[in-house]
Amino acid sequence: MADATTRMQFRDPARARALAARLAELVDALGRPVSVMHVCGSHEQAIARFGLRALFPRGLDVIMGPGCPVCVTDAPEIDEAVALARQGVRVATYGDMLRVPGTAISLEEAGAEGGAVESVYSITQAVELAARHPGEQVVFFSSGFETTAVATAAAILAGVPPNLSVLSVHKYIPPAMEIVAEMPESKVEGFLAAGHAAAITGADVFLPFVERHRLPVVVAGFEPLDILAALVRLVELIRDRRPAVENAYPRCVTARGNVPAQDRLWRVFQTAGGRWRGIAHIPNGNLRLRDAWAAVDARRRFQIDVAGLWDGAPAAHAERCICGDIMAGLRRPSACPLFGRECTPEAPVGACMVSTEGACRIWHTYGGVPDLREAS
Amino acid sequence: MCLGVPGRVLSIEGMVAEVDFFGVRKELRLDIVDEPVAVGDYVLNHVGFAIRRIPPEEVQETLALFDQILDVTGAKDDLMAMDVQGEIAAGRDRR
Repeated sequence: MADATTRMQFRDPARARALAARLAELVDALGRPVSVMHVCGSHEQAIARFGLRALFPRGLDVIMGPGCPVCVTDAPEIDEAVALARQGVRVATYGDMLRVPGTAISLEEAGAEGGAVESVYSITQAVELAARHPGEQVVFFSSGFETTAVATAAAILAGVPPNLSVLSVHKYIPPAMEIVAEMPESKVEGFLAAGHAAAITGADVFLPFVERHRLPVVVAGFEPLDILAALVRLVELIRDRRPAVENAYPRCVTARGNVPAQDRLWRVFQTAGGRWRGIAHIPNGNLRLRDAWAAVDARRRFQIDVAGLWDGAPAAHAERCICGDIMAGLRRPSACPLFGRECTPEAPVGACMVSTEGACRIWHTYGGVPDLREAS
Repeated sequence: MCLGVPGRVLSIEGMVAEVDFFGVRKELRLDIVDEPVAVGDYVLNHVGFAIRRIPPEEVQETLALFDQILDVTGAKDDLMAMDVQGEIAAGRDRR
């Protein structure tokens, strides 16, 4: 018997082959190509790392949508953090955020200019940082979807040092799914929902979406078998024309989710409309601190002057960057003329090449075109 | 930052647990986990916070779900033999 640790890695090749065969049968029986979308960088990573697209039938297109919270952080939001760093505030953030281009410069560049910019793994490290520098103002530049926002909320509720505040650019994924589903160019017939966000919100959070758009949603985990099994269920629902929510990740996700965590999330945050980089203005797509937490809100503690950052000149390559279309699932990274040439992980042009959860970065890491079906 | 990784709880002190993630040890906060956690439990980590205690019976349930999906195709007989091969392979891989 495999021990529990091994069993937590759901990678049994025999089951994978059997699930892939089932998926091929289903798509074959449909007799037409079908496109589905996932909204999570970790799904794309798993698909690329394990070469799963080689197992998908030719008629099935699995597209990555706006599933990278770092990538959808808008340039003016980066500018706010850059402006704070220039004002002499110590800025701590998740490592992926450092190289995301702002309107003028990135946070990494602000650090190179002499700004105090630090990457942390968790908000708990930002709390420690503030405690170590009691004479300084420390801002935690907090990005991420609702799963990550819960951690921010928990830290705030547990109490933070008086010199720490939070610059929230947290995003809320359900409203973005609505916008993408409504795009007239979209051929997406169903969604894989991100298992870890659903661990918090519960699978039922997608019921209104399914009701409104008549598209099925299957909650998926991140192991190869999780993804294959979820795709089988999703294609079955498409075949049966049954818009429903199914949970293919029961070991981590329940219908109602982690209720105490939701309670903390909504005690601290409320939704607000905002731009997602390259995609659109998403009503209720951002999470901002409630008025009750004004004391820890960096936007209210500081006068953030972003106007001084702009020199008026657009970035040289940014106009040809198609990150927005890629995040909306309309084009693939390999369709971008900059991909792997002017835009690489070492010198990223667009946000999708910066984050390890960005579609371009993932495709570049795994050989440029991790769709082995194209090679055969 | 979004990686959610399951790990096994080694020890607990107040709101902080030491957790083993496939050989890497890390401290996790327990503020927002959905159920009380004990040493030996598996938890899902997200940015330094445990967000879910993974009930052992649901690991079995997940495997059962895969097999239930496959059952429709009649592929289950083969899976029995493949399970045995899988276990042998897993034993070989273990360090």
